[in-house]
Amino acid sequence: MSDKQLTGAQIVVRALRDQGVRHIFGYPGGAVLPIYDALFQQDEVEHVLVRHEQGAAHAAEGYARSTGKAGVLLVTSGPGATNAVTGLTDAMMDSIPLVCITGQVPTHLIGSDAFQECDTVGITRTCTKHNFLVKDVDDLARVLHDAFYIATTGRPGPVVVDIPKDVQFRLGEYVGPSNILHRTYRPRKEGDPARIAQAIDLMANARRPVFYTGGGVINSGTRASQLLRELVALTGFPITSTLMGLGAFPASDNKWLGMLGMHGTYEANLAMNRCDVMINIGARFDDRVTGRLDAFSPGSRKIHVDIDPSSINKNVRVDVPILGDCAEVLAAMIEAWKARERPGDAAALAQWWQQIEGWRERKSLAYQASTETIKPQYAVERLYKLTRERKTYITTEVGQHQMWAAQHYRFEEPNRWMTSGGLGTMGYGIPAAVGVQVAHPDALVIDIAGEASVQMTMQELSTAVQYRLPIKIFILNNEYMGMVRQWQQLLHGGRYAHSYSEALPDFVKLAEAYGAKGIRAIDPADLDAKIMEMIDHDGPVVFDCMVDKLENCLPMIPSGAPHDEMILPDNQESAGVSDAGKMLV
Amino acid sequence: MPQQPASAYFLVDKHSRETRATLSILVDNEVGALARVVGLFAGRGYNIESLTVAETDHLRHTSRITIVTRGTADVIEQIKAQLGRLIPVHRVIDLAVDKPGVEREMALIKVVGEGDLRAEALRLSKVFRARVIDITHTSFTFEVTGSPVKIEAFIELMVPLGLVELSRTGVVAISRGIEAM
Ligand SMILES: Cc1ncc(C[n+]2csc(CCOP(=O)(O)OP(=O)(O)O)c2C)c(N)n1
Ligand SMILES: [Mg+2]
Repeated sequence: MSDKQLTGAQIVVRALRDQGVRHIFGYPGGAVLPIYDALFQQDEVEHVLVRHEQGAAHAAEGYARSTGKAGVLLVTSGPGATNAVTGLTDAMMDSIPLVCITGQVPTHLIGSDAFQECDTVGITRTCTKHNFLVKDVDDLARVLHDAFYIATTGRPGPVVVDIPKDVQFRLGEYVGPSNILHRTYRPRKEGDPARIAQAIDLMANARRPVFYTGGGVINSGTRASQLLRELVALTGFPITSTLMGLGAFPASDNKWLGMLGMHGTYEANLAMNRCDVMINIGARFDDRVTGRLDAFSPGSRKIHVDIDPSSINKNVRVDVPILGDCAEVLAAMIEAWKARERPGDAAALAQWWQQIEGWRERKSLAYQASTETIKPQYAVERLYKLTRERKTYITTEVGQHQMWAAQHYRFEEPNRWMTSGGLGTMGYGIPAAVGVQVAHPDALVIDIAGEASVQMTMQELSTAVQYRLPIKIFILNNEYMGMVRQWQQLLHGGRYAHSYSEALPDFVKLAEAYGAKGIRAIDPADLDAKIMEMIDHDGPVVFDCMVDKLENCLPMIPSGAPHDEMILPDNQESAGVSDAGKMLV
Repeated sequence: MPQQPASAYFLVDKHSRETRATLSILVDNEVGALARVVGLFAGRGYNIESLTVAETDHLRHTSRITIVTRGTADVIEQIKAQLGRLIPVHRVIDLAVDKPGVEREMALIKVVGEGDLRAEALRLSKVFRARVIDITHTSFTFEVTGSPVKIEAFIELMVPLGLVELSRTGVVAISRGIEAM
């Protein structure tokens, strides 16, 4: 046996170390025991034991999104792998770099319906960017390095490496990460200069321009956010962003129009509808953003910067597609803009801003204040005011609370906002907060949650307690699956079929049962003090914030409606949805 | 007159007409590569009219997959982009749009009959340059090669003459001229 020979399990740990991985999230089982044994005998890679493999995947997502590095999870064969599928799909939809190592039954048993066997590569084929089944230990190191390369470059995404148990025991050669030139996979970073020139031409002559930015800017790294700020400052154009892109541009800046889309602001959506030049940077014309496609921004010429060729012309045809990494393209755009003499039509732009100010006057995020009950929007507002000075990271579940968080919590920096956008996975928030807190032990990490969603992955509170991760689970408890109830009110005659959260647990006692702290707020007058109590507690907290039960999340563009047909706080009585719209999700 | 923005596609009809496309896809011949390609068509609701695959470069272990599909220009463009995202895919070309190509298909056709019908089948097979590859007193098995249109025509003629079984390869295609894929 030569010195360089390692067992497959040792190769896994060594590869993780050489990839700079400090933490992984996982759950043991028969088919990964050799890897657990190898982990046990070292202390460079720290393992965080979750309570469900879905939690491992979301924790790895939170870790990845808050650090810009790949998140790693380790799960066993069969049920371990299938439990991870929701998290993998979530990461696929939101372009989050994950490496998921799954154990598999030994190679000679594959295909025999062995105990805890499942066709992991088959099941995860469409919910990963790529996956591998490693049958030869000598391929293992290379495949693992490949997995990190594929997960983190181009449009990021999850990669599964399925390792049969016998391969984990077998001795093989370890090779370190090197500058692999992949045979087929070579994502391109620089944008085509001719296209960039065309884009700048359109921008320089625009009368009603708008930036529409997305998660791609965040994925591209902090430099992209810096460059975006620079380009917006140079041009003076208004900017809006998708749910996934929040934080790339500071919400405190006057050019910020707020989020766009189904629950976006009036000014953001109308600017999209009426603009003459749209500059899409790292967003994908998702249906939550476009609304009715054939009425989407009918009068504009569209520039689309995206690293994924399949995103271009998928939902909306664009005039100037630019394939490349957001940071690279933004840098080139800035240079080209600066090279021009007096670019932009200042008079037209001033007029455009005047129009936008008019839309801002509608105050589409306004709500009826109350001294009796805590309004959910008010709760998020207070949470924001009381945490803004700190290094705060926000995760969410899925529902009304998620949208209120996006609307009323104001983000200044990228990587501070973790939410399940594309898949809309209830149960994302707690494990994601666990992952964020592992990566940022000193930060304030808050999951803005709904009482229904948290029950999907509540058990990860136990993980937080075990590892002393002081996450705060801030539940906007309306006793309803509020978003479902809102749609039932709007589309199904107010028949609230199975959307009332009956038999809710006492969240304060539940927190205590887990060994965490529970706080309940009912009276708006107490809210600030209780939020401070939550922040000051050095440990995980479940905050049961009892809010108005029937509040609707507005503004809203109903499915199938164009951007200029929004339901606003002051016209919600007359709101209706077309039959075609009812068919949509 | 100002040019119409590309996104106002609902105002023009040119994107909504379906056409046939022959896609040549060069992939690394690794486990699951074909499943990825076929799964993509199934998962995204694209249709496959025919599919052929074999390793074409034994040294580099690359295979060539030929898929005939239908869709609007937008859909074909999207299919190509989606195929391009698959990690083992080297290249995708459309042998109608990117590079004009030639297509061939082979069919094996069993025709059972006697007397005049049998004679007529043999006579027609000569016109189509089909070869007889198996023969009994009451049957012929023909091998015929050509464009899909020619194969269709031959099959149609054989049906009344006693066609009982048929096996087709699906289309293989290659670009015209001196350039290689
Ligand atoms: C796993 C999963 N199942 C179902 C849904 C559909 N869904 C979307 S929002 C929602 C209700 C969420 O209720 P809650 O967590 O209380 O949040 P609220 O809307 O009340 O703020 C449901 C069931 C989903 N998004 N995810
Ligand atoms: Mg609720």
